[in-house]
Amino acid sequence: MTLALASASGPAPAARRRLRIERVTGLGFALPAFVLLLLTILLPLAVLLWLSFTNYEFGGVDMDWVGLANFRKALADPIIRRSLVNTLLYVAIVVPGGVLGALLIAVLVHRRKRTRSVYEVIYFLPVTSTLIAMATVWQFLLHPSLGPVNGVLKWLGLGPVAFLSEPSTALATLAVIGIWQLLGFNMILFLAGLTAIPRDLYEAADIDGCSGGIDRFLTITWPLLGPTTMFVLVTTMITAFKIFDTVAVMTRGGPVGSTEVLLYNVYLEGFQYFHTGYAAALTFIFLAFILVFSAVQTFALDKKVHY
Amino acid sequence: MAKVALSSIAKSFGATKVLDGIDLDIADGEFLTLVGPSGCGKSTLIRIIAGLEHQDAGSLAIGGSRVDHLRPHERRVAMVFQSYALYPHMSVGANIALPLTMARLRLWQRLPLLRLLSAERRAVMRGIESDVAAVAAQLQLGHLLDRKPAQLSGGQRQRVALGRAMVRNPDVFLMDEPLSNLDAKLRVHMRTELAELHKRLGTTFIYVTHDQVEAMTMSDRVAMMDSGAILQLGTPSQLYEKPASLKVAQFIGSPAINLLPATVAEGGRVELFGRPLALSVPLEPGQAVTLGLRSEALSLVQGEPGGGRAWFSARLRRKENLGSEYVLHFDLAGRDATGVTMRATPAVAAGVNEAAEVTLGFEEAAAHVFAAAGDRVEPRGQGAATASVVPLRAGA
Ligand SMILES: Nc1ncnc2c1ncn2[C@@H]1O[C@H](COP(=O)(O)OP(=O)(O)O)[C@@H](O)[C@H]1O
Ligand SMILES: [Mg+2]
Repeated sequence: MTLALASASGPAPAARRRLRIERVTGLGFALPAFVLLLLTILLPLAVLLWLSFTNYEFGGVDMDWVGLANFRKALADPIIRRSLVNTLLYVAIVVPGGVLGALLIAVLVHRRKRTRSVYEVIYFLPVTSTLIAMATVWQFLLHPSLGPVNGVLKWLGLGPVAFLSEPSTALATLAVIGIWQLLGFNMILFLAGLTAIPRDLYEAADIDGCSGGIDRFLTITWPLLGPTTMFVLVTTMITAFKIFDTVAVMTRGGPVGSTEVLLYNVYLEGFQYFHTGYAAALTFIFLAFILVFSAVQTFALDKKVHY
Repeated sequence: MAKVALSSIAKSFGATKVLDGIDLDIADGEFLTLVGPSGCGKSTLIRIIAGLEHQDAGSLAIGGSRVDHLRPHERRVAMVFQSYALYPHMSVGANIALPLTMARLRLWQRLPLLRLLSAERRAVMRGIESDVAAVAAQLQLGHLLDRKPAQLSGGQRQRVALGRAMVRNPDVFLMDEPLSNLDAKLRVHMRTELAELHKRLGTTFIYVTHDQVEAMTMSDRVAMMDSGAILQLGTPSQLYEKPASLKVAQFIGSPAINLLPATVAEGGRVELFGRPLALSVPLEPGQAVTLGLRSEALSLVQGEPGGGRAWFSARLRRKENLGSEYVLHFDLAGRDATGVTMRATPAVAAGVNEAAEVTLGFEEAAAHVFAAAGDRVEPRGQGAATASVVPLRAGA
């Protein structure tokens, strides 16, 4: 009993000293990375947070502490609400299109033996080309009178559609362009996932009578692609949520605010109207959404897709 | 329950010929092992039988009917892979059940959501569960059914793979090096388990291995392959006692067979190191032959050599203690390149000193003679009965 008590009262002084040295050494090794993290990420975030509680305007010489006023204003602002709805709508189109489309293409391309690399390059081209440059091409393609897309529609007997200047179609059109740009990258990720599935699993499935395309996909491919799909899903969500460049160069939020998205409003408030404090608050709202997407991956789904 | 018949199976991958006209008849309920060095085409052959690979020529019948046009699962064969190929995301129970769900449920009854509409699905699933439980009990997997393959030991994974194969009651079991991922001790244990499983099920087993010990210990018959052809087909003891060629003799048996260079003298008499043996072969004089001697065929000769027994001198290099016996490694006197091994009891081994020159003797009847091309040569008068050797020696 006394022995047990003595041993429970803690390690011997020598052992305790060694433990302390170990701890200090460990902290010493972690310090450079922590300082870097602090300077490049945490500090700017803190500045951002501080700005969001002020009414600072870019170029101004003084500012006032306004507390949560910026956030209250943002949540009540119909323009911000509309841009949030537009952003979520855009995400809701791009994510299924960009993920399922890429999966379908990857499965088809994976089966090709000799032509696989050709397809890989073709689908990857949009990823490597800058969207700003490709935007001009899209603008031409979708032009109501000159564009070949409308040419085809006219030939099919359908009236011309002003894809980018019609409030009802503008956002969906941008979403299609967003999908077009994401497909190649997602396809490469899915291809990597498909290649990692051992071939003998398909052979075992063949022998077990699981040889139809649907069965093979549902029994092996889809479950074993779980981790890949999860990753593609979250990165696509975040990428889609960050929609800015196509809006900035192709529609400027128009027509009649139908393509105003969150990041474009941050840009307007921060760099056009110089409401830096307000833009900081909007950025925080934006980051909160990104955080939710990442958290969904880390906590809710991560456990289910790994085996 | 089915016999398997292969006739003139050939297969090439591009320009490489992997199988060169394989003929093989496997009896119903037989345990047949394909053994051979790595790369000789064993896996390709068993994969052709499974239907995972298609032969370029020749045909294959299972249970008396041609199956060349059938897909793997229609051939009623089950296969155990070297990697086990368990579905990593499914529980042990689901892994074993998969062949049954595929066979007993229609496609729409297996689809997500849609399957909820099926009334009979529950009854079918209950039947599957009880079949899985029965197989799991046979393999002592009952308590592991909810685990994932990653949570199992190598031996348990091996048994799950067996269970998945057994659950469908296949006509033929195909196994491609199923034990090579296990540690040595478990491998020995699983050898016994597999042999007993075969006895209990009475199903045809076709087993691939590069390990001659597995082939010798488990099989009814062994087909020794090399470079895409079957060198010899026979029972383990036939392969051991009458190897058809030098390659078979070298591959089968541990320690490996001792090979000594010899020549054919006048009258077909075989000469070893210049001394004639009581052994004559139907070959022209002057030809070089190889004499094969199993390590248990050698023994120490005390006192003067000769006396009716063939002999040669050797010097002990190393003793290998196996516990119940020793393997003694000798260098041949004056021939550094050739060494021989001899099995000895601990008592005999204790009497041999390192670097001491000893005389090793053997019965000529126990010697295998191989011609220069590697084919076995039957000594004259020995084909009928070993007893006929006696007068030959008397005449020496
Ligand atoms: N799919 C394939 N493509 C090309 N060559 C192959 C293929 N499968 C096997 N081979 C070749 O065929 C030969 C026999 O292979 P295999 O049957 O796997 O041998 P074993 O199982 O006896 O070790 C090897 O030389 C191997 O490289
Ligand atoms: Mg192999």
